Amino acid sequence: MKFLHTAFKNIKAPFEKGGKLEKYNKALTAIDAFETLMFTPEEVTHSGAHIRDGIDLKRTMSTVILAMVPCLLFGMYNAGYQHFLQLGVEASFWEMFQIGLVKVLPLVVVSYGVGLGIEFAFAMYKGHSVEEGYLVTGMLIPLIVPVDIPLWMLAVAVAFAVVFGKEVFGGTGMNILNVALTARAFLFFAYPTFMSGDKIWVHEGMTNDAISGATILGDLAAMKGGLEQLSFTAQDMFIGLIPGSVGETSTLAILIGAVILLLTGIGSWRIMLSAVLGGATMGLIFNAFGSNGLMQLPFWQHMIVGGFAFGVVFMATDPVTAAQTNKGKWIYGFLIGFMAIMIRVFNPAYPEGIMLAILFMNVMAPLIDHYVVEGNIKKRLKRATVKTAVAK
Amino acid sequence: MSKDIKIKRGLNIPLKGEAEKVLGTAERSDTFVVRPTDFKNFTPKLLVKEGQEILAGAPLFYNKEYPDVKVGSPVSGQVVEVTRGPKRKILGIKILADKDTRYVEVTPVNATTMSGEDVKKRLLDQCLWAYIKRRPYGTVARPTDKPLAIYVSGFDSAPLAGDCDYILHGKEKEFQAGLDVLKQLTDGKVHLNLHRELNTDAVFKDAKGVQINWLNGPHPAGNVGVQIHHIKPLNKGEVVFTVAAQDVALIGNAFLTGKYDASRLVALGGSSVKSPKYYRTIQGASISTLLAGNVEGDNNRVISGNVLTGTKVGTHGYLGFFSKEVNVIPEGDHAKFFLTDGWAGPGFNKHSASRSYFSWLMPNKKYDLDTNTNGEKRALVVTGEYESVFPMDIYPQHLVKAIMIGDIELMENLGIYEVDDEDFALCEYVCTSKTPVQQVVKEGLALIEKECG
Repeated sequence: MKFLHTAFKNIKAPFEKGGKLEKYNKALTAIDAFETLMFTPEEVTHSGAHIRDGIDLKRTMSTVILAMVPCLLFGMYNAGYQHFLQLGVEASFWEMFQIGLVKVLPLVVVSYGVGLGIEFAFAMYKGHSVEEGYLVTGMLIPLIVPVDIPLWMLAVAVAFAVVFGKEVFGGTGMNILNVALTARAFLFFAYPTFMSGDKIWVHEGMTNDAISGATILGDLAAMKGGLEQLSFTAQDMFIGLIPGSVGETSTLAILIGAVILLLTGIGSWRIMLSAVLGGATMGLIFNAFGSNGLMQLPFWQHMIVGGFAFGVVFMATDPVTAAQTNKGKWIYGFLIGFMAIMIRVFNPAYPEGIMLAILFMNVMAPLIDHYVVEGNIKKRLKRATVKTAVAK
Repeated sequence: MSKDIKIKRGLNIPLKGEAEKVLGTAERSDTFVVRPTDFKNFTPKLLVKEGQEILAGAPLFYNKEYPDVKVGSPVSGQVVEVTRGPKRKILGIKILADKDTRYVEVTPVNATTMSGEDVKKRLLDQCLWAYIKRRPYGTVARPTDKPLAIYVSGFDSAPLAGDCDYILHGKEKEFQAGLDVLKQLTDGKVHLNLHRELNTDAVFKDAKGVQINWLNGPHPAGNVGVQIHHIKPLNKGEVVFTVAAQDVALIGNAFLTGKYDASRLVALGGSSVKSPKYYRTIQGASISTLLAGNVEGDNNRVISGNVLTGTKVGTHGYLGFFSKEVNVIPEGDHAKFFLTDGWAGPGFNKHSASRSYFSWLMPNKKYDLDTNTNGEKRALVVTGEYESVFPMDIYPQHLVKAIMIGDIELMENLGIYEVDDEDFALCEYVCTSKTPVQQVVKEGLALIEKECG
């Protein structure tokens, strides 16, 4: 691979100090981003720890992307499956998958294209290197939108989220709100007709009257009756053969992702576990009353419909926007689960609570950490005062 | 009352090239260098001139702030060079050694029959005081300090560290004499901290007049800072002393014989060393004599001290004042292709505290790690990483951030008085964002010492 490495050096040479294109030296940032993608730089330690852990942000981020691949693939298949199911047409696996591929791949391309474009522009303008944060966000966004979302809307949402959700705060590692959810919230409030209702979740649902494609939660919220109207079994919900956003439907695929995140130690088990506990608690409380369909939905089924599982595994665990202390993570996760189910049940206009629950807890996370750290500080001060009191 | 302490959080980094407990022979070094930079926040003032003849144990320089604190010459000979850096900062004092060492000789004494003040005076006069460090800050102790207690760690848990048991084997008399000296310096206790599961030599087990505490768990259990935190955490305004085990024996020997004998056993280890073992040498000796014919490859990092906290000295470097090991590992100054040995590879040869590389499937594997940072510096993204290797009731990432923004009150509140930069070595190792954590903490401690004294 030496020739590739030399090639990079040759491309960079004219932009470097004294080169012919020195005045365009901002281009180095962009070339560097590609070079470091291909080659871990020759940078060595100087003092302190002379050896370093093999992990870097690229490895961390690519592991998360890997964990999302099952969701992406299943999402592609399910997009076709739901389409043909509603039309009542028999279709082969490949025909189903093809529809998904044609619909979902452009979402991924637009999300990465626009998002990384802005990231590169900011990095070049500010003169720092391109950070990897967007690699995960760019994959998350296509997975949490309806399959038929117009590409220009997606592009606008991505641009808004990256600029106002992240870059204004200083870029990767500095944002307060989860960037992918910021994009989704933007879409939800700016273009509600494309983000909610019973027409948008299945491909061609808006143009073809034969397709209804309401989500389970939407059905339950719209009808005042009980559970008996549900046309999907719990097994469908778990496998993910239900209408919904591209990547959120299959609890099975999400669990595979969760296993990857937990096994590698990259996702926080504290947040995932406590969010599930929080959701279960709220679900059980509602089950005890059970005055409408949503309240009657068994607590464990709450976790396999809608975006709950996806949000808990991939969004709540975003280390930048979550609580940072271990104690804080328990509180943060629990409240996300608790509130997600609460919003679901109490707000029939918007039968999915995980997005708002996570965004709200993103805002609260620094406060949680503040009190956790304050507790540590108090303990230390108390120790010191007890000491002086004894000394006197 | 002896304490039993279980350390749960931490990390043992399994490295290749651990020194075999065999004594090798190497040529005696001709030149010796004493580096004032081995002492933190220490402004040296020279006491010798180039060309001057000196004896072993004679003072070379003193601390400008505390003129009584002097650092002695490890050998007798002629001062041949004083190397200086920017702003004429003294980097090293080079001595051309005599064939046979001649010592400054004073009368041997027994510390148990002396008063605290006499012991202190003797330590200062014999240039032994520099071996005593203080917490907070991890700097050389001040003669004005009244330590609440003195801590000695009887084992070193750092990767490839020299084994205290082997180094001090058979030095019962000297070690005990050293402990007797330390006892005179405090009204409190002298704590000797040992590892529950490692072999413990008689030199430690039979130590008298001290409180023996037992620790169990991975690195950094051997760091004296961690031990203090678990035995009796330091509050603002309190001071304790710490002395390395081999230096306790050195002090003891100097009291017993009246001579400042700076010879010591060092472990030569690291994956680039052909046959890693122990050597008898002298503090400040040229490392090249140890390395001659015993190193593989020609692009290596030579470290005086361990791989997590040591100083890069080069193949012609000299042994540091406190170092009891020399480690040689390959330099990592070459780019790594992402699919083979970079970030996207399977990583069978990459060690990581996370399990993101497949190497975690081989728990008994030993690694040949180089000095590459394995990634670029990034904003802090990952959380919980530092905490998992930092066994103190302190929030390390919050403390590091407080130091970065220079908020002194916050640093105090978060416990900066209880830590030294070496306690953060593992945080630096595991950091995904490649933050130079030890450097940050060092600067934070220097700022606090300057502002708060």
